[in-house]
Amino acid sequence: MVASRENSSSPGRIPALGLRLLGLIVISILLMYFDQRDNHLDTVRKAIGVAVHPVRVVVDAPVRFWNWLGESTTSRTDMILELDRLKAEQLLTNARLQKLSSLEAENARLRTMMDARTQVRDRTRVAEIMSVDANPYSHSLVIDVGTQDGVSDGQALVDADGVVGQVIEAGLLTSQAMLISDPDHALPVEVNRNGLRTIVVGTGEIDQLLLPFVVNNADIVVGDLLVTSGLGGAFPAGYPVAVVQSVTRNPHEPYAVVSAKPSASLGQVREVLLIFSTPSPGTEAEAVD
Amino acid sequence: MIRDRASRRLPVIITFLVGLVLTMMPLPDSVDPLRPDWLAMLVIFWAMQLPRTWSVGTAWIVGIVLDVTQGTLLGQHALALCFVAFITVRFHLLMRVFPMPQLTATVLPILAIYQFLLFWINGVAGVDTPSITYWGPVISGTLLWPFVVIILSGMRYRTRAGD
Repeated sequence: MVASRENSSSPGRIPALGLRLLGLIVISILLMYFDQRDNHLDTVRKAIGVAVHPVRVVVDAPVRFWNWLGESTTSRTDMILELDRLKAEQLLTNARLQKLSSLEAENARLRTMMDARTQVRDRTRVAEIMSVDANPYSHSLVIDVGTQDGVSDGQALVDADGVVGQVIEAGLLTSQAMLISDPDHALPVEVNRNGLRTIVVGTGEIDQLLLPFVVNNADIVVGDLLVTSGLGGAFPAGYPVAVVQSVTRNPHEPYAVVSAKPSASLGQVREVLLIFSTPSPGTEAEAVD
Repeated sequence: MIRDRASRRLPVIITFLVGLVLTMMPLPDSVDPLRPDWLAMLVIFWAMQLPRTWSVGTAWIVGIVLDVTQGTLLGQHALALCFVAFITVRFHLLMRVFPMPQLTATVLPILAIYQFLLFWINGVAGVDTPSITYWGPVISGTLLWPFVVIILSGMRYRTRAGD
């Protein structure tokens, strides 16, 4: 900073402006270089992230207030209807759960027979999505939990219907997650019907995913459910990801054009489940950036 | 004296905070590509008005904060913003006497350079570059520029914000 006071009529060359610019550009390039190469700068990022936290809270506040207002002014009849619906839903879910526990027991028995690692039920935690726009050019969201709640990079996010995305940057108080619809995101899946393994990548459209590596003669049809295969290590196996929407086979191309619709409602989630599971060793997170 | 100076700097810092809030505010998907680069516009305004206090250094710090909140490469927005500040300071005497239409026409290429730098760094770093919507902020920023100037100048004289 220059000590002399600003005088709006002073015709001014700002001293050493070019030099300062040059210095800052060099620092920026070094920062970018190290940020790209490895994660030495994580602590810097986290520290600034904590400093920016109040701004995130301020941005999130109006939406939160609006939701709260909506909830607290819902009419009695609406509440009763909602309650009825939830009761019916719980009955259904419970009925399904009964079957699940017996299946789980059977699965565990078979696995011990095969000497495989027993699949424990994944530990989960509910996280709320903050209404903060992170990066306009990627499909990402900010959740209100961070490393102090045990969140770590690469952790999977699911909602009631399927996989939502994964944590790409765990901050101290909030974390950033990438949606499966991001063009930079790839996810190993298998077709639930026959175990055909492939990869689902995002398209940048919130309601469409692409399966670029399905060979023309592969057994895949419209309506097939794709579930996580657990191969990448970041996502535990068996969570629904998407339903195949269209299959176009072109004899001149090696691969068929297959698109799928995400099971999770990516555009309107408010709460997500974070899955804590021990990834299999020697594997990496699947973000292909 | 120091206290006096701090109290004059505060309004400018507040405008940057408001700019950050506007940048992070969720918008519907249809409008989102047209969200102006509020912080770049603020950097241009303050670097034009008070280039001795708010120039490349301020722009760099604002850029680093922006990099963290947007999850981009650390230094990307910082580099682009301090370049924007540099151009503005270089031409600030000229830009101050420009009438509004001419000033707005000058802001257009500066915002375009800003977007281009971001775009270019994305390309070098191998980050997937988006479609034509990338240039939306340049258009919306230019269209909103006169209003930003009116609001900020009014605020500047009312609060005697400055160096």
